[in-house]
Amino acid sequence: MKFVAVTSCPTGIAHTYMAAEALEQAARDAGHEITVETQGAAGAEALNPVDVAEADAVIFAADVDVRDKERFEGKPIVSAGVKRAINNAAAMIAEAVEKAEAAPAGKAPAGAAPMTVAAPTLGPGAKLRLWLMTGVSYMLPFVAAGGILIALAFVIGGAEVATKVSGGEFEGITYEAITDPTQILGEVGLAGLLFYVGGVAFGMLVPILAGFIAYGMADRMGIAPGIVGGLIAATIGAGFLGGLVAGLLAGAVVMALKLIKANQAFSGIMRIVIIPLISVFVVAFIMLVLVGRPIVAATEGLTNWLDGLSGANAILLGLLLGAMMGFDLGGPVNKVAYVFAVGALASDNFTIMAAVMAAGMVPPLGLALASVVRPKLFTPGERQAGKAAWLLGASFITEGAIPFAAADPLRIIPSTMAGGAAAGAVSMAFEATLRAPHGGIWVIGLIGNKVGFIVALLIGTAVTCAVAIALKMVARNKAAAEADDRVMAAI
Amino acid sequence: MTDLINADLIDLDLTGDDHHEATAKLAGLMAEAGRVTDVEGFLADVRAREEQMPTGLEGGIGIPHARSAHVTVPTLAFGRSKEGVDYGAADGPADLVFLIAAPEGGGSEHMTILASLARRLVHKEFKTALRSAPDADAVATLIRKEVLGQ
Repeated sequence: MKFVAVTSCPTGIAHTYMAAEALEQAARDAGHEITVETQGAAGAEALNPVDVAEADAVIFAADVDVRDKERFEGKPIVSAGVKRAINNAAAMIAEAVEKAEAAPAGKAPAGAAPMTVAAPTLGPGAKLRLWLMTGVSYMLPFVAAGGILIALAFVIGGAEVATKVSGGEFEGITYEAITDPTQILGEVGLAGLLFYVGGVAFGMLVPILAGFIAYGMADRMGIAPGIVGGLIAATIGAGFLGGLVAGLLAGAVVMALKLIKANQAFSGIMRIVIIPLISVFVVAFIMLVLVGRPIVAATEGLTNWLDGLSGANAILLGLLLGAMMGFDLGGPVNKVAYVFAVGALASDNFTIMAAVMAAGMVPPLGLALASVVRPKLFTPGERQAGKAAWLLGASFITEGAIPFAAADPLRIIPSTMAGGAAAGAVSMAFEATLRAPHGGIWVIGLIGNKVGFIVALLIGTAVTCAVAIALKMVARNKAAAEADDRVMAAI
Repeated sequence: MTDLINADLIDLDLTGDDHHEATAKLAGLMAEAGRVTDVEGFLADVRAREEQMPTGLEGGIGIPHARSAHVTVPTLAFGRSKEGVDYGAADGPADLVFLIAAPEGGGSEHMTILASLARRLVHKEFKTALRSAPDADAVATLIRKEVLGQ
């Protein structure tokens, strides 16, 4: 069986650790697995949520209050003072086994005490989902803060604020990029500052996602290779899908390195130097060389191919560009479509920009709508993300959909692609136009055929919402749903 | 970093009518080594901890301990007692006594060392080796090896 335990005592220098050691020994002797969180003076390393989710029972050996008890809700709990664990850890383990066996497997029947749900070991799918969810849960504040700051910047400063900060041409006026960020407030004003800060927060989105996916897999040692891999994913423009790859890769590399058994004297060096060194290098190497180059090549190929399509049927082109916008939500494919539209803008073709913006607004809007229409299909974290996603979608910040997509890519990406494609095609069909490269609903004044554009938005939003709900309902069996519920409780 | 323990902090013939006396003797060793600035103050902190709950553990172990402002460096003093000293364990007196002294605001590095010492204390082999060690140097070497991996 698998257990987790928390030990703590008033002084936090002796009993806490003795109890932990005794429990670990006793569990090992009885052929079980246990992870112990020592809430002592040396600082507690929190239990991994995966371990908590998988635990058959929880053991508290504590003379003072256990911190963050709510993590263990729904688990059978054996609780005693630290001394009992030190003097007779074997009995506590035996008791935990008994309680775990007595608890009904799976979901407790209605009315049963919530403390008696036993958790079968998570399957590989549920584990993967838990890792992704862990990354997403740490990323969410960055999406909310960054996205809303950028949206506010557009509301206050209009669509030109982005160009004023980053440089480029807007409505025929060329702006110099601000090279010294401390000058922004003076040069561009509050809106510029908001835009800049929002961008900084957004820059952390992929690194944090990758870092904490790896953390979910391999604990604290996963963070360094995960974040470095995520930064590289961001630098090479691999988007959140690149972040998923970096995070899973970093977690796997650290997990593998941890399997190497070092002797006592060497294990300190392993943890502090060897594992970080090797894992960071391996992940960075793979991301740059094996992932980065193909992405650059594919991006170029895609760009050339799109250029060759310039004379194609407008509605088909809108369909294609829209699907690309919805595919990786700010990643390389999305960027190719966006850059294509900006290029068209420069040659006075305004319909493509309108189609691409509509398609880029739809993913967050559609998922926000889905999380309101069928809240039960979404986790509490996703429902929170949904609230921010309204504003982000309205501001053409496609990244607002990433929390949904990163947690469940196989079901969400088809929905954002379908919605984006629908919005792009409809916008082209109405020949809506847009003369600004960003700004969302806040640049409605620069949109030609406003009604057609809004119809495109509404249709795309409805399509994304419907597809997401359908996929979440169909491709989800009961066991997976239950695993999900436990996963949610653990985060 | 200063060693957690050395031969001067070990009394292989610890005596005492009760745990107060035995603890005071070990604390005296710490004071002589300059690791505790105020023995009485430190002992008061240890007593306060002991009053919350006796620190005797089954299997002949006593671990009086405190985090105290009167401690300069994390220190362990060890005593072995032939008659045993009662530290309040359910199964009788302790023949192995560890007085653990931690500075009040000790950094986590120090605390990690004490944590790894505490973990060793529940190992049977460690206790057996301590009981059979021939002299103070052997005990100091043993503890440093087990706890610090040196």
